Amino acid sequence: MMPKVAIIDSGGANIASLLFALERLGTSAVLTTDAEVIRTAERVVLPGVGAAKDAMSRLAETGLIDVIRTLTQPVLGICLGMQLLCDASEEEDVECLGIIPGTARKLPAMIDYPVPNMGWCSTRMTKEHKTLADIENGSYFYYLHSYAVPVSKNTLAIASHADEFAAVIAYQNFIAAQFHPERSSSAGAKLLQNFIGTPQ
Amino acid sequence: MGDIIGLAERYCAEGADELVFYDITASPDGRSVDRSWVSGVAAVLDIPFCVAGGIKSVADAEDVLNKGADKVSINSPALANPTLITELAKRFGTQCVVIGVDSREENGSYSVYQYTGDPDKTKAALRLTVDWVAEVQDRGAGEIVLNCMNQDGVRKGYDTDQLQTVRAICSVPLIASGGAGELQHFRDAFAVAGVDGALAASVFHSAEINIGDLKHYLAEQKINVRI
Repeated sequence: MMPKVAIIDSGGANIASLLFALERLGTSAVLTTDAEVIRTAERVVLPGVGAAKDAMSRLAETGLIDVIRTLTQPVLGICLGMQLLCDASEEEDVECLGIIPGTARKLPAMIDYPVPNMGWCSTRMTKEHKTLADIENGSYFYYLHSYAVPVSKNTLAIASHADEFAAVIAYQNFIAAQFHPERSSSAGAKLLQNFIGTPQ
Repeated sequence: MGDIIGLAERYCAEGADELVFYDITASPDGRSVDRSWVSGVAAVLDIPFCVAGGIKSVADAEDVLNKGADKVSINSPALANPTLITELAKRFGTQCVVIGVDSREENGSYSVYQYTGDPDKTKAALRLTVDWVAEVQDRGAGEIVLNCMNQDGVRKGYDTDQLQTVRAICSVPLIASGGAGELQHFRDAFAVAGVDGALAASVFHSAEINIGDLKHYLAEQKINVRI
């Protein structure tokens, strides 16, 4: 049987925690760069830890840029994956996939707000979406990032680190979270569960 | 192994925000950690965790991160080879790279120590703590765990003076380590020294302090915590 979730291998380390989180939800997942597997999966996750430029190069090398742009099933971007789904990132001024409008900006380093932002932030829900169903407004999620996408009309949830930024954005069949749901305790597990729907 | 997983699950259920797994004997013995347990921990935890000890190269770090750890913490190997910090930050991003600093007060200033896992091998790193903290940030450290050795194991409270001194020059997250014995010590680390996190081991291992109770106390003290 085909795994339910295809996780796009964008070259970053630390995919294991995502695989384990899906496993805990009883969902089969595969880490892949195979275009056919990605196109036919019921759900697709674009994770990412590391630098935007490296990840975009990796997607280009594996011929996945247009594959991702034309996906029609629900797609979830996580952390750097969220930034990759947007137009661009200020990190080394890299052009990204251009699916969700917006450009990732460097977080401003301020005395009480160290960068990277590493930790649990209370996250305010601003729009309803089935992926955020039954998640309490103000729930804490775990963030690990130096860049963030500004709040826009596609924003579903907002967090703040000196300035407000988009915690969750959605555009058509694409949804993306700046935090790591796989490391965000029960609130994160709920988000993944909502995204997956029925496990198999 | 079973003990590690059981303990990890217990802390996670109590409400810990992050776990750090130390093999403090790894560096002095010149050996590395047996890393099969990292996957076991990653499979049960839904909170972030960091692995410290015996990570001497980019390949070591990659192994740990691929097994599901979120961060690696480097101490003695960073002192022996500071370019390791730069390489790790470049390869994995600064958010993966934690630098552990063992520091103690001497003649009115704070100095760095290395190989602190073994009393016979512990030695001064011949660096001032503030200089080293500045350097590791320049090299791409994403977080600093400051272990204040004067306080370590004595449970008289975190060294808020030293933490404040380092906080003033630290623009990445700073984690207090060494000295926690009572609830108020945690409050002081946040409210007085302004750290981003507080790390403790013995008071949690012995169950003298329950993490859930601690967080409720901190919330009452107007410290921003995830309950």
